[in-house]
Amino acid sequence: MDTKKVYAVPEAPAANPIIYDETKCIGCNRCVDACQVDLLLPNPIKGNPPIVQYPGECWYCGCCVMDCPKDGAITLRHPLMNQVHWEKKENLLKKLDL
Amino acid sequence: MYNMEWPYAIEWNNEDTMEADVLVLGGGIAGCMAAISAAKKGQKVILVEKGATRRSGAGGSGCDHWESATTNPCSKVTPEELTHAMIDDNDGYNNGISHYIECREGYDRILDLEKMGAKVRDTDDEFKGAAFRDDETKLMFAYDYENKFTIRIWGTTFKLAMYNELKKLGVKICDRTMVTSLLTEGGKIGGKVIGATGINTRTGEFYVFRGKANIVTMSRPARIWLFSGSLPGLCEFRPTQCIGDGHAMGWRAGAEFTMMEKSVVAEFSASGKSYPPYSAGNNHNTWYPASIIDSKGREIPYIDRDGKLLNEFNERTKPAENQKYFLKGGNIDFAKYEYNGPETVSTEKMLAEGYKLPLYADLTNIPELERKAIWGMMVGEEGKTKIPVYQNHTKAGFDPTKDVLQCYGSGWKSASFLPQERQLFGLPGGFLNDWNLRTNLEGLYVAGDSIFASNCYGHAAATGSYAGRHAAKYAADNEFTEVCRDQIEKEKKRVYAPLNNDPLKSISWKELNMGISKTMQNYCGGDKIEDLLQIGLQRLKEYETNVIPNTYASNPHDLVRLLEVFDILTVSEMIINSCLQRKSSSRALCFDRIDYPDMDPVQDKKFITIKKVEQNIEVGYLPLDYYGDLKKNYEKYNKDYIEVN
Repeated sequence: MDTKKVYAVPEAPAANPIIYDETKCIGCNRCVDACQVDLLLPNPIKGNPPIVQYPGECWYCGCCVMDCPKDGAITLRHPLMNQVHWEKKENLLKKLDL
Repeated sequence: MYNMEWPYAIEWNNEDTMEADVLVLGGGIAGCMAAISAAKKGQKVILVEKGATRRSGAGGSGCDHWESATTNPCSKVTPEELTHAMIDDNDGYNNGISHYIECREGYDRILDLEKMGAKVRDTDDEFKGAAFRDDETKLMFAYDYENKFTIRIWGTTFKLAMYNELKKLGVKICDRTMVTSLLTEGGKIGGKVIGATGINTRTGEFYVFRGKANIVTMSRPARIWLFSGSLPGLCEFRPTQCIGDGHAMGWRAGAEFTMMEKSVVAEFSASGKSYPPYSAGNNHNTWYPASIIDSKGREIPYIDRDGKLLNEFNERTKPAENQKYFLKGGNIDFAKYEYNGPETVSTEKMLAEGYKLPLYADLTNIPELERKAIWGMMVGEEGKTKIPVYQNHTKAGFDPTKDVLQCYGSGWKSASFLPQERQLFGLPGGFLNDWNLRTNLEGLYVAGDSIFASNCYGHAAATGSYAGRHAAKYAADNEFTEVCRDQIEKEKKRVYAPLNNDPLKSISWKELNMGISKTMQNYCGGDKIEDLLQIGLQRLKEYETNVIPNTYASNPHDLVRLLEVFDILTVSEMIINSCLQRKSSSRALCFDRIDYPDMDPVQDKKFITIKKVEQNIEVGYLPLDYYGDLKKNYEKYNKDYIEVN
């Protein structure tokens, strides 16, 4: 078993809509300014990625990513239940012969 | 991070007063366009927005098409024809004034936006030679390619262009400010509107705004029947914080509303009940006229309004034989024969003919430029699609030349809701307006989603600009009116009260919203009946009296979310009160009374209006064509505009 310290944390969110890559994020807070819902808070440690304080309030518009100056610093991810499916058309056509 | 100190300075105790000739409340499409047109008339303008004007509102992240641009040089339909078609398509329950403005001035606004830096033409010749493109103007059209009144646009550029223009014109923008109430002369219900109050969503500072003329451009109400405590941002189609504050404060001030009894079975976005709009397979709206195939790769045929099979792709974008033009392609709710566009055969018929579910949207076999227009332009420029759909699907490997995208449920909604899971959508109720886009209250104008029977981007932009123009004229002829201190103090007390309650013992905004939504589903669901509506109203009043005093907020953000739910409660009461007034059922209003099943009896074919008068509600009736002759009245009220343009 891992012996690292265990914490009491807030209730788990139903989605993690905004995921920061801390190696790319420069902590400029442009995403904080872009978000009309205001679900992000600037990090108290200057230069660090903002805090996704209200993940449930995200409406998935993508403006935080659109206004981000660093490609790949933010990933917007729909909750699992909202992720859709696609197929190669040729695989469907194969079923025609069955 | 747990229990982090609030990162913004708290200013609960500060009050700041600001003055403008024209005060615009709401920074979405309509609000920005209202502020721009009022400022161009030389008026000092303040724009107040809850979020960030640069990206705020339903259109902040984009828009892929602009409807009803009938005055564009390629259109074969007149503003009069199209407005009358939209009115007729809804059995008269539509806003003749605002939609005529949309048809008559929409294209002028596109040209304005182009000058501001928005992209409205295929200037890069990316789509040269496409059937939907006019090679001379480089405008691109959607749906009915022969009549060309819906323009495809690069909507991700639009809001930024508006924002830059606001800056250029010197409009004072108060972002991160929730408007909480309208101020009236003498603090009286039904009095002249003379300003508004607001609080800063980050610091909690209180604002008093004084306006000679005031324009409400806030959203239509939301989260009335639909709420998820874990994913509140996914409850509805429009942004999380767009819940109809304007309707609620207008009601409290004595403004008159109509069509508030109308609601539809929810169509999209409620948590878990639908897929993100435009992200799943379908052939409607943004995805029109994509091919649809079954799970064995067989194409589902398109048919025209007469049931004629359309064998060629290009027939999907043409009117039927002897049809002058069609409204949207694909089935729209209760579309009429006269305006029906082509659509794939019904699910029942398809299954009977041996097609296998699930279905898929198939762009692989359509003309290349059509594919590029749907996947890349429309899905990409539409709101909420550039990053979460276009970029994310592409990164995950979706290739529109090889892959087909699964459909869920039937049609473009990709959703299945119960009858009591309702929304204000598809031309919902709102403020009643006259030909100046003024309300019944002096000094108060409306635009965009605040107006009854509003719909799309072009409507918001056109009515916004129009309201700004007319409000500017009023402001130029009038002076400021002294605010009523008592009214301000009462409002301050109301908005800050929840800060005094104990979070461990009191009710949160989510718990209250959940309570309201369940009440509305129970007592004001799909089938309505007097006894239950009355009990529903009683429950809401109990919330108002007993629950609101026991709600809490810990910081300015939570306080704003809670004040929004107070507004949701007010709007819910307006809705039940409206439902009680209509004593018959109506197909166009999606209104079913079990106790009054008569569908659209002649004597009830009229607008029912409601407004608050002191502690009572005054009910009124208006003929469906109260706006009179569209062209004649428009020209009477807009002589200056016509001379210049």
